[in-house]
Amino acid sequence: MSTPAVTTPSRWRALTHHHLFWPVAVLIALLLVNVPFTPDFFAIRMTDGHLYGSLVSIVLFGSPLILVAVGMTLVIATGGIDLSVGAVVAITGALTCSYISDQADQNALSAVFLAMGIGLVAAVVCGLWNGFLVARMGIQPIIATLIIMVAGRGVAQLITDGQIITINSEPYKLIGGGYWLTLPFSIFVVAAVVAVTVALTRRTALGLLVESVGGNAEASRLVGIRSRRIKIMVYMFCALCAGIAGLMISSNTSAADGNNAGLWIELDAILAVVIGGTSLLGGRFSIGGTVIGALVIQTLTTTIYTIGVPTQTNLVFKAAVVIVVCLLQSPKFRAKVFGAKGARTTAPAEPATPADAAPKMEVSR
Amino acid sequence: MSATTKTRTAAEGRTASKPAQASAAARLLGDRRLPVLVTAGLFLAMYIGGLSRYQNYGFGEPQVFLNLFIDNSYLLVAAVGATFVIMSGGIDLSVGSLIGFTTMFTAWLVERQGLPLMLVIPLALGVGAFGGFLMGYVIHNFEIQPFIVTLAGLFLFRGLCLVISKESISISDSTVSSMAQTRVSLGLGELSIGAIVALVVLAAAFYILHYTRFGRRVYAIGGNEQSALLMGLPLGGTKIAVYTVSGFCSALAGLLFMLYIQSGDPLHAVGMELDAIAAVVIGGTLLTGGSGYVLGTLFGVLVLGLIKSIIQFEGTLSSWWTKIATGVLLCAFILIQRAMTARKQT
Repeated sequence: MSTPAVTTPSRWRALTHHHLFWPVAVLIALLLVNVPFTPDFFAIRMTDGHLYGSLVSIVLFGSPLILVAVGMTLVIATGGIDLSVGAVVAITGALTCSYISDQADQNALSAVFLAMGIGLVAAVVCGLWNGFLVARMGIQPIIATLIIMVAGRGVAQLITDGQIITINSEPYKLIGGGYWLTLPFSIFVVAAVVAVTVALTRRTALGLLVESVGGNAEASRLVGIRSRRIKIMVYMFCALCAGIAGLMISSNTSAADGNNAGLWIELDAILAVVIGGTSLLGGRFSIGGTVIGALVIQTLTTTIYTIGVPTQTNLVFKAAVVIVVCLLQSPKFRAKVFGAKGARTTAPAEPATPADAAPKMEVSR
Repeated sequence: MSATTKTRTAAEGRTASKPAQASAAARLLGDRRLPVLVTAGLFLAMYIGGLSRYQNYGFGEPQVFLNLFIDNSYLLVAAVGATFVIMSGGIDLSVGSLIGFTTMFTAWLVERQGLPLMLVIPLALGVGAFGGFLMGYVIHNFEIQPFIVTLAGLFLFRGLCLVISKESISISDSTVSSMAQTRVSLGLGELSIGAIVALVVLAAAFYILHYTRFGRRVYAIGGNEQSALLMGLPLGGTKIAVYTVSGFCSALAGLLFMLYIQSGDPLHAVGMELDAIAAVVIGGTLLTGGSGYVLGTLFGVLVLGLIKSIIQFEGTLSSWWTKIATGVLLCAFILIQRAMTARKQT
């Protein structure tokens, strides 16, 4: 993200007020924490023509989360939330793997593509259903998506017949576990999805429309934005992202597990969005922030492993991060802790961090 | 149980047969008791369906019905706690992990530390209530969405489970096993201690929500927080109290679960918050808050329990059908609620 060019005295101020400043700072701090424990943390080495290293594996293992979180960002930007993504991950993986496992030749490209198509279509149908309930029936998003969250894993287990379906397909393995141009292939998939999303939301008016729907759905409808259609599209997009993540997860393990695939990923994704500075109330969003938020979560997990803290405390750390990030974002908390001065400047601008920097940012893009 | 159902369906019949034919359906749809009636009717229909299908397998025995209470005692207690929160317009995602944590905590204290059970029980309840209090405090004082705060609670308690021990701890304490095996005879069949505790909790919640000032406040805040504030209701105190109640109920549910399973496991009750929320919604409580009955929650739990026992009796159906059936029911009841609120607005 380009820092807006401003005159020298306020450059530091502009930097610290950039909406990505805090997420990036947290990410860098977390990465640095690793250095005393693993001195070659930033080292990247080449083995068998593949790049290896902690940084690469953070991005590799974080790929599904980034995808889901990017989709979730747009849903949250419209003032909604999508709890069903974990179940959609499981359904997509289950459908794709069960189709591939039925084939005589699991390496046939056409079959693999067809299987992926089936999985992704199912994901989009889930999104359509969510969007229909939210936009057409007017049901609160958290409740509407709860339905697929509860039933979806049952459906996934139904598809896999309660078993963990394992497959042995080389082309399919590429998406989640393969390498291309020395880098994990999933990084390219993520980069493509993020690039398309950014292009669609920042180069076209779509992003503005999404933000206006999230800001005030009724007002945006009155000025002529088809807010219902936007909402449905956003839920479908979110489910598509979750579907791709589902392909990635099942491809990486070469197995579909209806019960555990993508378990709790919706919570991690929401967390990534929040860390990235997008307000859960809807309105302004930041795809870049979300990507960094997802990387922060993945780095946190990796850090816990490398530092040698027992892995079971992972969840306690995560809880601490959720609390700290949310407290810092809460205007009321800042007012209480940092005193009355902070209260005056932050209280009126509700989503303080994005609101300060966003107007400049839109000009620069 | 079936007596109340009958009177309620009779009341439904009266409302429907009132003179103004055109608005009769509208009035029925606007009746706040409708979801509870539908749930009760559904329960009855499912039970009769089960009777006609599995009569020869002993489905009609009273003990099968009483087993619904025994096997779902912990869910009932957790769902009653969730009812308070949802009634106030909030949500509590930490229920399942708090249950898991309580089983782990008590098992660890009783088995590894050798504390007497009678000391551990109040301790566990206190920890649960304090956890709920903390979450309520943060939700109210820092104005962070309940969803996020209780999500942090979910992570925290599940993490604490694993910190205590990665493996499950089985409980061989004699008090626990004797309590777990105690059965109270009711003439037709018998109930476990857990089921009785659950019914007492239900009765207490019924009294608190419908006959005390605190209950009124919960409804008022769920109905419209702004209005409640303008009326001078103690918003913060009530909100914090609601989450404390939920935390207490979750801990109690954890104790019942521990009694039922006789072990502590870090993965006990994963996702049970969804079951609890589903039971509350199927029981007709509006997820937006402010409307519903705690008796509806009982029917919600019974319907979920009945699905499980029907699947058991069917024998060929697999367990994941429970999830699918729960989801379908959830969907149906959400749509009913939506139709009702749409009517109210116009």
